[in-house]
Amino acid sequence: MSASRYDCIVVGAGHNGLTCAAYLARAGRRVLVLEAAERPGGAAATREFAPGYRVSSCAHLLHLMPAWLLEELGLARHGLRMAAERMPTIALSPTGALRIPLDPDSAAQNLGDTDAHALHEYEARMRRLARALRPLLEAVPPRLGSRAWRDRLTLLGLAAKLRLLGRADLRELLRIAGMCVQDLLDEHFESPLLKGALAFDAVLGTNLGPRSPGSVFTLLYRLAAAGGAPASLAQPVGGLGALTEALARAANGAGAELRLGAPVARVIVSEDSAAGVVLESGERLEADCVVSSADPTTTFLRLLGAEHLDAGFVRRVTHLRTEGMTAKLHLALGRMPQFTALAGAVPTGRLVLAPSPGAVERAFNDAKYGKFSAAPLLEIIVPTAVDPGLAPAGQHVLSAVVQYAPYRVAGGWEGQREQFLDTILQTLEAHAPGLRESVRAAELLTPEDIEAEFRISGGNWHHAELALDQFFMVRPVPGAAQYRAPLKGLFLCGA
Amino acid sequence: MLTETEPHYRQPLLRTPFHERMRAFSQVDSFIPWSGYSTVDVFSTVEQEYFSIRNGASLYDLTPMVKYRITGPDATRFLDRLVTRSVAKLRPGRVAYALWCDDAGRLIDDGTVFRLAEQEYRLCTGERQLDWLLDSSVGFDVRVTEVTAEIAALALQGPCSCWVLKALGLEGIETLAPFEHRAFTLPDRVAAAGTAVMVSRTGFTGDLGYELWVDPGDAERLWDALMEAGRIRTIRPVGSRALNIARIEAGFLLPNVDFVSSAHTLRNGTARSPLELALGWCVDFGKGHFTGRRALLEEQGQPPRRRLAGLDVEGTKPAHNALLYADRNGRREIGSVTSAAWSPTCKRNIALAMVDTPYFETGRQVWADIYLNRELTWERRMVRARVVERPFFAPARRRAVPPGDF
Repeated sequence: MSASRYDCIVVGAGHNGLTCAAYLARAGRRVLVLEAAERPGGAAATREFAPGYRVSSCAHLLHLMPAWLLEELGLARHGLRMAAERMPTIALSPTGALRIPLDPDSAAQNLGDTDAHALHEYEARMRRLARALRPLLEAVPPRLGSRAWRDRLTLLGLAAKLRLLGRADLRELLRIAGMCVQDLLDEHFESPLLKGALAFDAVLGTNLGPRSPGSVFTLLYRLAAAGGAPASLAQPVGGLGALTEALARAANGAGAELRLGAPVARVIVSEDSAAGVVLESGERLEADCVVSSADPTTTFLRLLGAEHLDAGFVRRVTHLRTEGMTAKLHLALGRMPQFTALAGAVPTGRLVLAPSPGAVERAFNDAKYGKFSAAPLLEIIVPTAVDPGLAPAGQHVLSAVVQYAPYRVAGGWEGQREQFLDTILQTLEAHAPGLRESVRAAELLTPEDIEAEFRISGGNWHHAELALDQFFMVRPVPGAAQYRAPLKGLFLCGA
Repeated sequence: MLTETEPHYRQPLLRTPFHERMRAFSQVDSFIPWSGYSTVDVFSTVEQEYFSIRNGASLYDLTPMVKYRITGPDATRFLDRLVTRSVAKLRPGRVAYALWCDDAGRLIDDGTVFRLAEQEYRLCTGERQLDWLLDSSVGFDVRVTEVTAEIAALALQGPCSCWVLKALGLEGIETLAPFEHRAFTLPDRVAAAGTAVMVSRTGFTGDLGYELWVDPGDAERLWDALMEAGRIRTIRPVGSRALNIARIEAGFLLPNVDFVSSAHTLRNGTARSPLELALGWCVDFGKGHFTGRRALLEEQGQPPRRRLAGLDVEGTKPAHNALLYADRNGRREIGSVTSAAWSPTCKRNIALAMVDTPYFETGRQVWADIYLNRELTWERRMVRARVVERPFFAPARRRAVPPGDF
């Protein structure tokens, strides 16, 4: 047994790092979690962005965290409560609204019978396909060309799931997997609002438009990760920071140690194995293994260093597409925003402002050529609608994910941030007249800001863009897809 | 060089600064392409040229050899991560034969590393690979520049080569040891007085010999001065075919003949590792990480499947491309010949071959299936061959300091 104080050092106390630490500690390992920031949370954190107003500063909805995981780690015991669960999506235009999933009582209100029927069939089929793909997400990706039983079993499991789909669904999966989402939606639906909202889900957080090949894949991934269930969105009391705080307590309770304000400078390599880390302060911490929840570019090129890796592997890491396309908007509001199309109803769901697939594609066109969208698309929540504690009494907070905002905007973000903020506020004003004058404070985080605040290369919350060519057995790069670095003792646990 | 007036497709091959001199000397006008340049295959007859390498002095135009200048604070660390042997141990003024591999430990190319100064190197390779060098430079403070056209190079090889350089007035050349390089200036008394020339005691013949590196503007003057100085030692320009016999005798590998770069192989199992090519002595596992190290360590832990071996083949017919068998009946195939030649100096029929385990062990007998074209009538001979140590020819003069006067 080694003389190291720790079996494992986990780099980063975001939800991934903490989950990993909690499980390692539960398995009896001596674990130390190192976090650069003064609070745990990473991209799942709650912070004050204006005096008295708090918001989930990066991710703002609990979406892809499996329910069994929350339960297994006993997060409810550690203080995690939900302010809203099974939140619906409400597609909004300045004049119309559409609730997805359809409300059985008012199904036909805003959607023709044909579309309503088509939506039920579409959702059922997509759910079946997503469930069949689920093993992809929960298994360690098999190594290609391997003869190990574990690799074979994973492939067999996937094959079995796919076989169980039956001929019709399997054909459909093969047909649509590489398709663009616009074509798929055009096959099924008429309503531009419905198609716009579904197209938005397909391209959210990606560098794709509805006409980009592979945009059905990202939609399937989203569904598969959500367990094939619709409306699995939830909002914790206290914002996403409450999730990571509960995770931190769970990890702590299992015996993991957490150190904040301890940025890691590099991984110590000894005899071709990771043997600990050196902090930016110069302090050396030894461990038998290092698990990094930082993005692969940061982990391999900055913390480890190209000199410890093969050149071909480094080439693949440098080719990884990591640039974010999404900004984050936080508004402190003097009163509850009034969306015309909601006719006075309190916005307790997830509001999507993406009026048609054409509008999504046009918004993408700007970004394709290095500009921010002139008519941006928004995913809005008003957290205070269900969790008033985040703002002073009677006041509100609006949180929005804004697409598209290229990481490398032409001319640089400096000086254009205000312009983009103004553009977004105009869009909001068109849907909720009077919102603008109720704004007490505003914060816009561009991908550049997200990169700096959350230490994510490129500011992409997926770390590396989710796309067919950067997925499963080739994610993040061929040769590191089993969460294992080419170097002994170094593992990945990030997005 | 490409000219402004001629489009590139009218003048597809570059000409080295020695081209006009070589053309004037060529009797059979046999030029072949090498790395985008036109070079000489044979000037007069292969035999005549071969014997000037082994018995006199020979000049071979090395200019098309691809050259990279590598500079910067991390130059040594960069090269140590690139190649399989230790570059940190290489002192300024020294040259090393080196190999580099891909991530899977398969050979990309071999070449020579010149340490010109503390933070400056020259890497000479058979083929261009700036992309691989640049990929390898990620994370290192280093600058890699191709300088092939900026440096003209001549190989002066043969027992009389030191004598010729002395006649040219290179003071102290006899103290230059193998794998050393040194800068010289030609003295006033010779025709090319004042020419700066870097000389390395390196070569591809396994004989006493040097390589000379000059500014292209001085190339013809140096050529003329060498031809003049070596006249009474019957100095002679030689082409690639004569050189090829010498390098087989010396046991050196030729890319695309004895191995194919893993950057070019398409089929599974056709790329070679340094261990398979019997170049394990060139792999330093103790120096820290280099590209391919993990793969090679794993390979080293397993019994070898095949290895490059030298063969002494019965008879006088070179075993070009021959398949090798364990038995005379040709039932069990165990490898194939990659290079073959009748060695005029050794008076042996020699070959380099990839041979399966365990037949590559020295002393093993194998059978070579040789095809002979006898006046357009093909004949097949199953010939006995024995695995022997390389090099086939290794005269003491190649390493002697000072070399004797021949």
